[in-house]
Amino acid sequence: MPVQLFAALASVVLLGIVIELIRTRRLRERYALLWLATAGAILFFAIWRSGLHNLSKALGVAYPPNALFVLAMLFVLVLLLHFSTVISKLTDRTTHLTQRLALLDERLRELEDKPTPRPKLHEVNR
Amino acid sequence: MVALPAADAHLDAPRCLAIVPAFNEAASIAEVVAELRDADPNLEVLVVDDGSTDATGSVAEAAGAKVLRLPLNLGIGGAVQAGYLYAFERGFDLAVQVDGDGQHDAKQLGRLIDPILGGRADLAIGTRFGGDITYRAPFARRVGIALFAALVSLRVRQRLTDTTSGFRAVNRRGIRVFAADYPHDYPEVESIVTAARGELQVCEVPVLMRARAAGRSSITTFRSFYYVAKVLLALFVGLFPREHLVIQD
Repeated sequence: MPVQLFAALASVVLLGIVIELIRTRRLRERYALLWLATAGAILFFAIWRSGLHNLSKALGVAYPPNALFVLAMLFVLVLLLHFSTVISKLTDRTTHLTQRLALLDERLRELEDKPTPRPKLHEVNR
Repeated sequence: MVALPAADAHLDAPRCLAIVPAFNEAASIAEVVAELRDADPNLEVLVVDDGSTDATGSVAEAAGAKVLRLPLNLGIGGAVQAGYLYAFERGFDLAVQVDGDGQHDAKQLGRLIDPILGGRADLAIGTRFGGDITYRAPFARRVGIALFAALVSLRVRQRLTDTTSGFRAVNRRGIRVFAADYPHDYPEVESIVTAARGELQVCEVPVLMRARAAGRSSITTFRSFYYVAKVLLALFVGLFPREHLVIQD
């Protein structure tokens, strides 16, 4: 079945990319595990066809490959939701760090009695 | 319940900080600072430069204000909270919050801090409604203001008329609550819920407000939908406790 072949190929490519990202330390382990699980699950059902048939029956999906995509979609939704919580947390942390930095900067300028501002972060980054 | 810090014990000589959040307000910030300093010489003025790309910070400093320079733009909520953190750490007894765009009249400060000094409230909000003051806003805005007022009044079990006003005064207890926990964007309405959760006594004071001196309101037509939805969600979320900074004396 070409759709399943495509799904299997796609998940192999995804697995390859994830492993490359882990190898070069560009992906933290906890996210790497999530992605490995996602790609692994798709590959598992793309190869094991009777398993996919049973799954599609259980879900009430008439065309088995669609069950594969439903599964993949659910995984991706959970991942995205997880990322939203991570971004929210990072934003809170950035806020606290920025405030702390400004308070320390003010203290330092007061101690040094130098009114000249330091270059802003976004200027340094350029 | 938060124990009253020792600083409240000598209210005979209260130290008062004016927190002025400003983002690219170089055109009007000097006048705002000068007015505040004229209104009360004992008032310390802190401009929180919210990652401005213009000369807001140095202009404010030249005008005689202390300046907190946020290296990144956090939005009004993060900037104001930085001001409250400063007020808390430097032991201020009173803090007033004044917009950097000049729409809050420094001459109204006395009216605003009066209930705080008198111990009748922990948080005083300058309202554009009530008393002998009438305020004409565009229809949509008035509807929004009325809606928020009704919902917040229900939440805090107290009648409030102008929950979107950013002209406020708090005592040491209020400084503590806001330093630990202050909402992020469009924080005015939500912060009243924060105050209620922190068991602050809230009151409204009728004040005169002016049209903006320069710049423009952060609330545009497109954003107003987001604003309403965000505030409604925040009011709902405000029903539940949330994680915040731990503040130690």
